[in-house]
Amino acid sequence: MTSITKPKVQHPSNRKNALGLTRRDYEGSMSTLCAGCGHDSVTAALIEAFWRGDVEPYRVAKLSGIGCSSKTTAYFINEGHGINAVHGRMPAVATGANAANRALHYVGISGDGDSLSIGLGQLCHAIRRNVRMLYVLENNGVYGLTKGQFSASADVGSKSKRGEPNLQQPIDPVLLALSLGATFVARSFSGDKAQLVPIFEAGLKHSGFAFIDVISPCVTFNDHEASTKSYLYTRQHYHEIASVDFVPLTREIKTDYAPGERRSVQMHDGSTVHFRKLEKDYDTRNRALAMQRGG
Amino acid sequence: MSGVNDFTVKIGTVNGTGSASANGLLMQAIFRMGIPVVGKNVFPSNIQGLPTWYEIRVNKDGYTARSAPFDLFVAMNTGTYSRDIAEIREGGWLVYDSSWPLPKSRLRDDISVIGIPFGDQVVEAFSGDRERTLMKNIVYAGALAALIDIDMDVIHEMLNEKFSRKKHLLESNFKAIRLGYDYAKEHYDCPLPIRLERLDKTRDHILIDGNTAAALGCLYAGATVGAWYPITPASSLMENFKAFCEQYRVDKKTGEKNYFIVQAEDELAAAGIAIGAGWMGARSFTPTAGPGISLMNEFIGLAYYAEIPAVFIDVQRTGPSTGMPTRTQQSDLLSIAFASHGDTKHPMLFPSSPEECFHMAVAAFDVAEQYQTPVFLVTDLDIGMNDWMCPRLKWDDSYRPNRGKVLGAEELSKMEKYFRYLSTTPDGVAARTLPGVHPRGSYFTRGSGHNKLGGYTEDSAEYQEVVDRIARKIMHAADAVPAPEIALHEGATIGVITLGGCRGAVLEGLDRLRERGVTLDYLRVRGFPFAASVHEFIAEHEKCIVIEQNRDGQLRSLLILETGVPSEKMESIREYGGLPLSTDQVVDGVLGVLGGVPA
Repeated sequence: MTSITKPKVQHPSNRKNALGLTRRDYEGSMSTLCAGCGHDSVTAALIEAFWRGDVEPYRVAKLSGIGCSSKTTAYFINEGHGINAVHGRMPAVATGANAANRALHYVGISGDGDSLSIGLGQLCHAIRRNVRMLYVLENNGVYGLTKGQFSASADVGSKSKRGEPNLQQPIDPVLLALSLGATFVARSFSGDKAQLVPIFEAGLKHSGFAFIDVISPCVTFNDHEASTKSYLYTRQHYHEIASVDFVPLTREIKTDYAPGERRSVQMHDGSTVHFRKLEKDYDTRNRALAMQRGG
Repeated sequence: MSGVNDFTVKIGTVNGTGSASANGLLMQAIFRMGIPVVGKNVFPSNIQGLPTWYEIRVNKDGYTARSAPFDLFVAMNTGTYSRDIAEIREGGWLVYDSSWPLPKSRLRDDISVIGIPFGDQVVEAFSGDRERTLMKNIVYAGALAALIDIDMDVIHEMLNEKFSRKKHLLESNFKAIRLGYDYAKEHYDCPLPIRLERLDKTRDHILIDGNTAAALGCLYAGATVGAWYPITPASSLMENFKAFCEQYRVDKKTGEKNYFIVQAEDELAAAGIAIGAGWMGARSFTPTAGPGISLMNEFIGLAYYAEIPAVFIDVQRTGPSTGMPTRTQQSDLLSIAFASHGDTKHPMLFPSSPEECFHMAVAAFDVAEQYQTPVFLVTDLDIGMNDWMCPRLKWDDSYRPNRGKVLGAEELSKMEKYFRYLSTTPDGVAARTLPGVHPRGSYFTRGSGHNKLGGYTEDSAEYQEVVDRIARKIMHAADAVPAPEIALHEGATIGVITLGGCRGAVLEGLDRLRERGVTLDYLRVRGFPFAASVHEFIAEHEKCIVIEQNRDGQLRSLLILETGVPSEKMESIREYGGLPLSTDQVVDGVLGVLGGVPA
């Protein structure tokens, strides 16, 4: 089946970012993943993060390996250049692309098979080199595209759809990244957009390798009762360790003006705050005067 | 036949003892005397303690192929006495360390023996094991200088250049040279009949190895991204590229580096990095050897199908598997020609010397970008790591890189819609765009099935349309790779076909055969896919003899496959023991095929 072009629906009430673009401008082709796939939520969060980050769409390079996760680079930012590399070896392509052009925004989408088995070495060395990119590992504990084999992130005792238990120790991508000295490490859940979006926004601003492990359930092969990567299991065992928000690093705004004068100051988000300084001899204890000046 | 300015010397030592610098000194001194010379290092895959040899051929006519047996053997390694002494020609000379007696059983009565007590001399003159070991090499160099009449002024000049900042080393080297020189003069009739006489035949020539020359070619071609994983015999290529970049590619004002070199975790990654950079528009390359090519296969297929330029340099060594990493061979031809799964075919360029490594490295980048495909510069250990005498490298300042069809922002802004794999020219090349240049230029690069518009497809007709166009495109690259070198002779009906570093031995062999009344035509393949002139050469000869350095006759197979010539028309001479081809092997091989010299 060929991919489906998604109609671009614009509405005058759609909010615009600093570039005058709406979220629609950050969308891609129609997803061909299963309905309810965690990866589609990750895609939606990425679209939101790029839009909020005021990133010029054509200045984005999207890279991926092979697998369900790696298909998703086609589902956001149509105007960005995408490349599907070979299985597990997207980090090398990202390294080379970065070497050739250091001015673009690089986002790599990978899965647990792509990153923790066939591409484990490549992931480790991309961390070691601190390649400047946002690296998203869509982690569902299973090989979806080949129909349900365990991946290297499957927990001991977690069962396959057919009831077979996994006996081997999982590789924890976050512990791995930390032990390798990664400069930005986070874990989130595809079902928690409020947390995911600011993490992506922060990752996009990181001037190094931003590694984000996203638990992203596979509705078709790993969402059953004995799975430890199902929606239900994830929600039951979900611990939000911090309330996450993204506050971009900006310069402090200072102003100085005389008592009794007015001054309008532009904020970093484009809004303006009007200040009016009280006169030197203003009586702060005069209630009636305060009411009069309130407006 | 040997005599003044025409002889061979072989030196047998133990590796890790510092003999390489003494051998290099000898070879370069001869070169500076204006006499054509070549030095070949036959070394082990080891750092210290195993046998290693160095072969020097001096030839006033400029023949520089390997030539055995040897006129003179300097046997410094007692462990290899038997085999070393057996390699001396009848009437030749053996130089050995007479500090210890030479077993009588090892002696031949058809050679002259020159004993010099190198061991005793260094024990007496120097202190410390390391210094004695190192200086012993310089002592034999001094003895050789007396025996074959190397100009001592030249040697002094070279030592002065080398140790100008290390006075103590200069003194000990002078002392060691003198020890060997004086002892030989005093005890033997110097010089021997095989000796040197100054000539003026190395003017406008340089000594350079192929890896250095190829690295220089990459620099001149404008390569900015290099990725590699260390492997013998290719490592020195990237090390040289790095040195050149540090010298020429750092902005003098800002200190900014205008290049990016990545030592990758393996060859898979090195290939990926080169391809990622090629996708982004940089001229990128990765040097490797056979085992690396094996690992790169998957990525090569991606670059072929997604049409991404990158240059791969294969400095071939003896395979299969780890094989003999420090020996030469031409055995990766078939594995490169069709590298990766699925239907593929890749352009190759075959340099025969460091000079051609330089020029063909530049050409490889042009072919890669013009045809948007991985291109292979296929050299070997003999060319890559040995110093060859080459004409001074010439550079045409009017050279401009051929970047192929790349649409810029201005062109894209005028287009209504852009489709990546839509070609309107007979050569099958479709214009590409680079990421981040213009919104309209974006597309999705994929190794999965795609149609000419760049979209995903599993439709038979759409799929075939694209792969058929790629086949047509690669076929056209035959016009862009270097044309063959051809030498035709009146009356010849049989042609010899060869490639790469076989050139010297084949040309000399054909000259010798002609002196004996056997005249053959000559063609050296310099590129793949084969140019029309290769097809014509084969068609115009009754029979062709393919001379190459691999067991299975890979060039012959490729020629039969591509030209459709009946296999019985293609004779084969194959030398694959890991040493550079020698002239005798060519002469004997050809006479063997022809059944002797025709009456």
